[in-house]
Amino acid sequence: MSLEEAGIPTIAVHTHVFARLAKATSLANGMPTTRQAFVPQPVVDRSAADLRAYIEGVDPVSKRPFMQEVIEGLSGPLSNEDLKGTSFDRTRQKLLEPDSEENLHKLFQDNFWTDNLPIVLPTEERVAAMLKGTSHAPDKVVGRLRPAEFREFWELTVEKVAVNAVMAGARPEYLPVILAMASSGTTARSSSTTSFAGIGVVNGPIRNEIGMNAGIGAMGPFNHANSTIGRAWNLLSQNLQGGSTPNESYMGTLGNWYSYSATFPENEEKSPWEPLHTRYGFKKTDSAVTLFRGGRYTQAGFGPRATWKEKFKRVFAACSPRQSPLLVMDPIVARLFTGLGFDSKEKLIAWIEENATLPAREYWDDQWVQTLLKPLAVSGVEPYATNLKAAPDALLQMFRAEEINIVVTGGETQGAWKIYEGARNNNGTVSIDAWR
Amino acid sequence: MAEKIKVHDPRGYPPKVTGKRLAPRLETLEGKNVFLVDCLFDNSEVFMNELRDWFGKHFPTVKTPIIKPRQSWVDDPEMRARVAADGDAAILGVGL
Repeated sequence: MSLEEAGIPTIAVHTHVFARLAKATSLANGMPTTRQAFVPQPVVDRSAADLRAYIEGVDPVSKRPFMQEVIEGLSGPLSNEDLKGTSFDRTRQKLLEPDSEENLHKLFQDNFWTDNLPIVLPTEERVAAMLKGTSHAPDKVVGRLRPAEFREFWELTVEKVAVNAVMAGARPEYLPVILAMASSGTTARSSSTTSFAGIGVVNGPIRNEIGMNAGIGAMGPFNHANSTIGRAWNLLSQNLQGGSTPNESYMGTLGNWYSYSATFPENEEKSPWEPLHTRYGFKKTDSAVTLFRGGRYTQAGFGPRATWKEKFKRVFAACSPRQSPLLVMDPIVARLFTGLGFDSKEKLIAWIEENATLPAREYWDDQWVQTLLKPLAVSGVEPYATNLKAAPDALLQMFRAEEINIVVTGGETQGAWKIYEGARNNNGTVSIDAWR
Repeated sequence: MAEKIKVHDPRGYPPKVTGKRLAPRLETLEGKNVFLVDCLFDNSEVFMNELRDWFGKHFPTVKTPIIKPRQSWVDDPEMRARVAADGDAAILGVGL
């Protein structure tokens, strides 16, 4: 659309499954008649002949020849609507029209404002009680969220975060954690077709102050604070960023169970290592939450046993090379690693960085390495540029140390570990104390 | 009749939308420079190559240089400036 504003007629080509989203995005940008043409989904993995057939075929949305759409999109007269665009204000009332509890529950569900589990209706009284959990004014702007790159940012206030916290069933004392998550700019409900979710890790004194569980079942539905804080992050993400409605504002093809709730604290008391947030500039006495995008892959195991190095090499090689790992382990596992000489998280991270490898031909055959990293390699950005020149069987390191994170949690009933996809954003560790 | 209650709207604050006009369209593509902007999605390069070949066969006077941003999903002002300076039109694809 920037090119249109610069006076260059353009047409954007999408695959047909994005038709509704493409139209909605054009409208939100004030240019609802942006010219668009569509080819069938997918383009990935199609041969040159297949794609040529798309070009010579019919636009599956307009049902007209694809190239006719393209040529007419760039030439020919403009309508009055083309010349003025569409301006509108989407200001809404703070409160919905009064209705019965039953009807309001239906309204929330029908509008995709819930996660399809029962919610607590955000009455004025409940929201006022929730707001007592922070010293910040209700109208203070917390931040902005959007469901994907190149989509519009929506603004969120303390009050709107509190409304969604009520819906999730959270208690007022959890609100500083939820506000910190909301302020991060990291959505828990990306619209990505790849269906990644949000994972939150809480560190510092607030874990115990609000009764979070870092013991048995820390990552399961066994603690009110763990469950409802993670749920609140998801609900506020979908509602405060402009929606998370399938085929409109959510396009994840498989979806993700972690999108219900995936937030847990580190078991700092039982861990032999420094807590996660100290890696990102916080003191142990600070309370902070670290937010990860991921949850597409999960691997699990026990140990470390005698052959742990071989197993870890296999497990990491099975991870996607574009999506960095979050290694979560029980305190038993962490202590066993210290016995093997890994007396800090950094030492184990360095081992993973060195030994998580893939042959170059497999590394570069990954769809997202092709899409996101190959352009960097072609532009000369290291280490990708050097890696692109590697022989097909040469082993390439999959992750940089700063992309790998380790968290200790769990109740010491088993020496269990899991590896989740967990990519931390650059601003992904946020002060909770700032939102008390 | 069930009691009516008042609840908050859970949705956030969308920005105000300001209408923008489309650029004037060309009278014809003949002899024009139409940039094919490869958005770097997997296999979009193959699509753009086929599109360029299609123009070569059906509109041989149309120049169709393929151009790419430096990174996926990151605005590239230099690339946009080049298209605006040297192009008559642009086809972007394929993907969102």
